[in-house]
Amino acid sequence: MAKFFRVLAWLIVASLGTLAVATIALHRGEQISAMWLVLAAACTYALGYRFYSKFISARVLALDSLRATPAERLDNGRDFVPTNKWVVFGHHFAAIAGPGPLIGPVLAAQFGYLPGTLWILAGAVFGGCVQDFVILLFSVRRDGKSLTEMAREEIGRVGGFVAYVAVLSIIVILLGAGALIVVNALKSSPWGVFTIAMTIPIAVLMGFYVRRMRPGKVLESSVLGFALVILAILAGQWISQNAITAPWFTFTAPTLAIVIIIYGYAASALPVWLLLAPRDYLSTFVKLGTIGLLAIGIIVWHPTLRMPPLTRFVDGTGPVFSGSVFPFAFITIACGAISGFHSLISSGTTPKLIRCETETRMVGYGAMMAESMVAILATIAACVLQPGTYFAINSPAGIVGKTADAAAATISGWGFPVTAEGMHALAQAVGEQTLFNRTGGAPAFAVGMAQIFSNSLGGQAVMAIWYHFAIMFEALFILTVLDAGTRVGRFMVQDALGHLWKPLGRTSWYPSILATSALIVGAWGYFLWQGVKDPLGGINSLWPLFGICNQLLATVALCVATTIIVKTHKARFAPVTVAPLAWLIAVTFTASWHKMFDPNPRIGFLAQARQLSAGVPSHEVSRLIFNDRLDAVVTGILVSLVTLILLESAWLWIRVISGHKQAEVKEVPFVMTRFAEEQG
Amino acid sequence: MNPTAWLARTAALFVCFLREIFDESAYTRFLRQRRVSSSPESYAEFCREQAASKARRPRCC
Repeated sequence: MAKFFRVLAWLIVASLGTLAVATIALHRGEQISAMWLVLAAACTYALGYRFYSKFISARVLALDSLRATPAERLDNGRDFVPTNKWVVFGHHFAAIAGPGPLIGPVLAAQFGYLPGTLWILAGAVFGGCVQDFVILLFSVRRDGKSLTEMAREEIGRVGGFVAYVAVLSIIVILLGAGALIVVNALKSSPWGVFTIAMTIPIAVLMGFYVRRMRPGKVLESSVLGFALVILAILAGQWISQNAITAPWFTFTAPTLAIVIIIYGYAASALPVWLLLAPRDYLSTFVKLGTIGLLAIGIIVWHPTLRMPPLTRFVDGTGPVFSGSVFPFAFITIACGAISGFHSLISSGTTPKLIRCETETRMVGYGAMMAESMVAILATIAACVLQPGTYFAINSPAGIVGKTADAAAATISGWGFPVTAEGMHALAQAVGEQTLFNRTGGAPAFAVGMAQIFSNSLGGQAVMAIWYHFAIMFEALFILTVLDAGTRVGRFMVQDALGHLWKPLGRTSWYPSILATSALIVGAWGYFLWQGVKDPLGGINSLWPLFGICNQLLATVALCVATTIIVKTHKARFAPVTVAPLAWLIAVTFTASWHKMFDPNPRIGFLAQARQLSAGVPSHEVSRLIFNDRLDAVVTGILVSLVTLILLESAWLWIRVISGHKQAEVKEVPFVMTRFAEEQG
Repeated sequence: MNPTAWLARTAALFVCFLREIFDESAYTRFLRQRRVSSSPESYAEFCREQAASKARRPRCC
């Protein structure tokens, strides 16, 4: 009887999910409620978790609850600690949820809500969740080894090298793109700049509190810091409206870029832990709280989606970024569907905390589902905006025109009505001078969030407060990723240079710290500067480049996973990782080809360089041409390296399957868990 | 399990989850391992230890 009700319950979930997806996919010409997206996501994830992840656990990975994990065997109370599965889940989710699942879906909304939503759902269930889950489990069975170590041991030296280059590249390009988003969100915004500037003294105060007054009470200090940030947001309104103080905090994009580059260098090279550690905690606190608030806001308000399911820009002529829906929607949304970066977290801290092998399913597969849900919420936040407003905020001046009237006329001409007066009123409502040409995704997301929050809590009167809360949240979040990423990149460069000359590898030797910090900051700073100076807004070049890098890293992770599956004589189950791998190869290689060789100058780097060469020569034009060629070369190098790892992996699979090579996996031997009795 | 007990257990778990994310549990383990009590000095020592491992931890996009 119980079985009958279980089957019935799952049939209801499947029917509801089908109905929701059909509603999203088939409705044309009328607006639908955002709750259909939430329902489709909830049902898809429930089915994926219950059936697909269970199949992978039982048949492909053969999870063994009796096998001791490294957290148990190597328990040192520091890195290796057996931890409650819900706690590890939260820890893992907090580490994988970055700005990516918020920004990518907002940018991809230029195609309408349908392509992004379908990709987020299918990509997560069959790709991202699988990748995170299998890499986590394989790392657990290898004492928490990193992706690059596993690639080297299981595939070969080329695999290890490619993984290293892919990781470093993605860090550099991610930081460049992230910094550009912050610049675009804060330029000409004294309120935003003031709030973010205030997080520095607030973090120092938190550091003092947690170190001197109440040692170790981080949660308390984070609550205190959060309260002070809210006060800073309120004070920011006064600052921005005051004729004397407003100019102090009003910066142009190039000035902000220079400030952020100096900040990144200082964060990497100077011992500023009093500032960085508390700000990191504050950022995590704000992040978890805001995502929770956004979910509650959407459920309470259950808004209507104003964006159509598909826009005319699926053909590749979109103003936010150029390129057709295939392949560009699939590289624009990486985090939220499948993100190679997650494989670094799944083979980093998390495997060292897993108490029981069977818990990798909930942590690896489950946490990625939660992140995917965040991407769905971001899609909703972007699509509740009127399409004209969305395009006015996200389109660069180089495409829609430099004046408000010209931009409004261009966007209205596309069939998305918007007026200069309406945009001015909206800008005033959120406390900004203008909302035109605020590319990068963050301002559009902030306006969407502010609408959701103000409609569910506080009304229109507090829209400006909510907008700046959202901007503060995004900028704080990205700046935390930026300083942490710069340090991680610096360590990676030091590790590599240490092979050439030992002192360079010493992380305590100051000349090495200064030189390697300069290398990393110089690299992402270059991409940032390139983005700031790009007449097409920068995001058009940088975000696709970032997406390509991220998905190429996922390709490496899935190659490692497939190799291990083949080596364990389970080649018949290899499609579980080969299917998303094949999709990613199709997407990333096609996107890379377009970005390098497409004859349309708005898409292809080389075509744009050719177009610029044909114009009037100047120093500025020469630099733009160099940047285009550099971006094409970076893309080409990454694709070539990943092709190498693919060929090396495929050759290995063929030899193992055909019996020409003895399969040898590098798993640690089985040890019985001492928790066996508890587990029954 | 009755609803009150379930709620209490969920709340306790939530606090555990927050304490782990915000490194309060790690600090408690550090104090237990070193057999020292909480003080500005022991917290400074804990932060120094944490700094080395945390700085190498990637943050996702």
